[in-house]
Amino acid sequence: MFHAETGVFKTSYAADAALFRLPIARRTMIALAVLFVVVVPLGLDEYYLSILNLILVAVVGAVGLNILVGYTGQISIGHGAFMSVGAYTAANLITRAGMPFWVAIPAGGLMAAFIGTLVGIPSLRIKGLYLAISTLAAQLIIEWTINHVPWISGGIQASIQVGRPHLFGMAVRTPAEMYLFLLFFVVLALVGSLNLMRSRIGRAFIAIRDQDIAAEIIGIDIFRYKLWSFAISSFYAGVAGVLYTYYLGIANYEQFQLDVSINFLAMIIIGGMGSQLGPVLGAAFVTLLPVVTRRVLEVSGGLFFSAADLANIIPNLRLVMFGGLIIFFLVVEPEGLDRLWRKIRGYFRAWPFSY
Amino acid sequence: MPEFDLTFTLILLANGLLIGLMYALIALGFVLVYKATDAINFAQGEFVMFGGFIAAAAATGGFWLGVVVGLAGMIAFCFGLERVVLRPMLGRPIVSVIMATIGIASLLRGVAVLAFGAGTRAITMPVSDDPLFLGPVMLPPIQLIGAAVSLVFLAVFTWFFLKTRMGMAMRAVADNQTVAMAMGIDVRRYFALAWALTGIVSALGGVIWGAMLGVDTQLALVGLKVFPVVILGGLDSIIGAVVAGPIVGIVESLAAGYLDPLVGGGTKDFAPYVLMIVALMVRPYGLFGRWQVERI
Repeated sequence: MFHAETGVFKTSYAADAALFRLPIARRTMIALAVLFVVVVPLGLDEYYLSILNLILVAVVGAVGLNILVGYTGQISIGHGAFMSVGAYTAANLITRAGMPFWVAIPAGGLMAAFIGTLVGIPSLRIKGLYLAISTLAAQLIIEWTINHVPWISGGIQASIQVGRPHLFGMAVRTPAEMYLFLLFFVVLALVGSLNLMRSRIGRAFIAIRDQDIAAEIIGIDIFRYKLWSFAISSFYAGVAGVLYTYYLGIANYEQFQLDVSINFLAMIIIGGMGSQLGPVLGAAFVTLLPVVTRRVLEVSGGLFFSAADLANIIPNLRLVMFGGLIIFFLVVEPEGLDRLWRKIRGYFRAWPFSY
Repeated sequence: MPEFDLTFTLILLANGLLIGLMYALIALGFVLVYKATDAINFAQGEFVMFGGFIAAAAATGGFWLGVVVGLAGMIAFCFGLERVVLRPMLGRPIVSVIMATIGIASLLRGVAVLAFGAGTRAITMPVSDDPLFLGPVMLPPIQLIGAAVSLVFLAVFTWFFLKTRMGMAMRAVADNQTVAMAMGIDVRRYFALAWALTGIVSALGGVIWGAMLGVDTQLALVGLKVFPVVILGGLDSIIGAVVAGPIVGIVESLAAGYLDPLVGGGTKDFAPYVLMIVALMVRPYGLFGRWQVERI
């Protein structure tokens, strides 16, 4: 939050432990809440809302991956597959047993957490590169299994249609309703992640990331907490998968392939690993990148290229920009957008009396 | 299960062996970089694809021109890449290095299509297309040449590492950078050299695989086969790549021949990874890899 401070004037423990230390912080929070809950769904048209919904789904997944990669220092190239586990669990529960969303979403998350923990077991013996490759293997094997077991996916290359979620007997239909539905889970995910990192478990994660041997010496059961990290992180991924399924209306394995896992890794790298704001910014950035590229080129690219060329250029330019940005952030600003934001905030903290 | 048929099995084995040796060539590029610099290259498949594109573009002026330009282009490219991207990444967490190479992979896929077009290009080797027959087993000449080139290069690299001054210096760098530096070895120069060697291997891989499959972005998918090979063989072992390549090739070929009819396709990409998981569980440092005992 933007706020200028002139000193510490707290006189009671209650003030010291307050959630909002300054009145302006509370006001900013209320203003943000009004903006996101009231102004955005009423003010934006359906096209922008549906893009915003995509971002919200991505935020849930990215926050989850950040717990594993950013805070615990493990790596997973299999998060796309964990999302698909959640998505197919929920899709089957919804279509076969007619479960409502408040059963389907946690069930999808728990199933993904279970599979994620299984995949995390090798992290007892291996780390770094080996873990990266074994999660890559998990991605490919889960993808293949879902596609080739008709009981799960309804046949090869098939997709499962999923009905709209119902709330108080009312279906969530319009993009604005879907937006509020997703926003609820995003807030839940963010608060969950924030509080997790304030807890004993979160501190243990950070200790393992920074120095695993030292962490073990001070009494942290490394294996247990690594598995916890995998479980929590894949729970988030599973929930994101279910939400994405609700958003699309179908569950299809093609939505959860290797490039999705890489996208999520890119989100937390670009946003900034090991920060709470980073994944949110990164998710927005990576989701918007192709949309904006396409928009700009469709509007202005016609001046330079023919329509047929454009259809070829747009997806490839997206790849180039995507790869280029990952490299740029890794080389130039390893702490990502989050650090840029902190720099801006730091500048205005004492503004206009910076000296 | 289809009826066991000796001829069919022999054909599968021979194909798997040849393809596996060609995998080994690409895996070699990965091993060279990992051995010398501890960097993990997730863009190996894209390197091969890019080498193939350069070679195919230059091959309009003759096959050998294509090979030479492809080699020169990839060496220059890898030198530049080491300088601009990998050098600033030294000493960063492993996640960052992996992500950087994933970024390079994405970049190369886009650039290749933007620069060379989306169509499939052909590389024609100056050999006849008539298959050789070894008893009942049919061997396509392109695969034979690929396997032969792989074996030659594997031998050359083994000799290079064991006998030449540069090779010994590279092994020293791989073993312990600080000590190597104290012995007067310019470590950064050998990092660049390792990447250049990867460039050579990738360009050759691009020419051979491009001649077999045609050059387009799909060519990068051979890179996914590198991981089972290097994990099974041991990440830092050239011999490991030579042995594990054919094993992976044969496993995938047998899986494609015997399992595909049962489960409806796709086992070719799936079986090597199952093999890899088993290898990780049983022998995490591979058949010939260096054992590093550390607490985790």
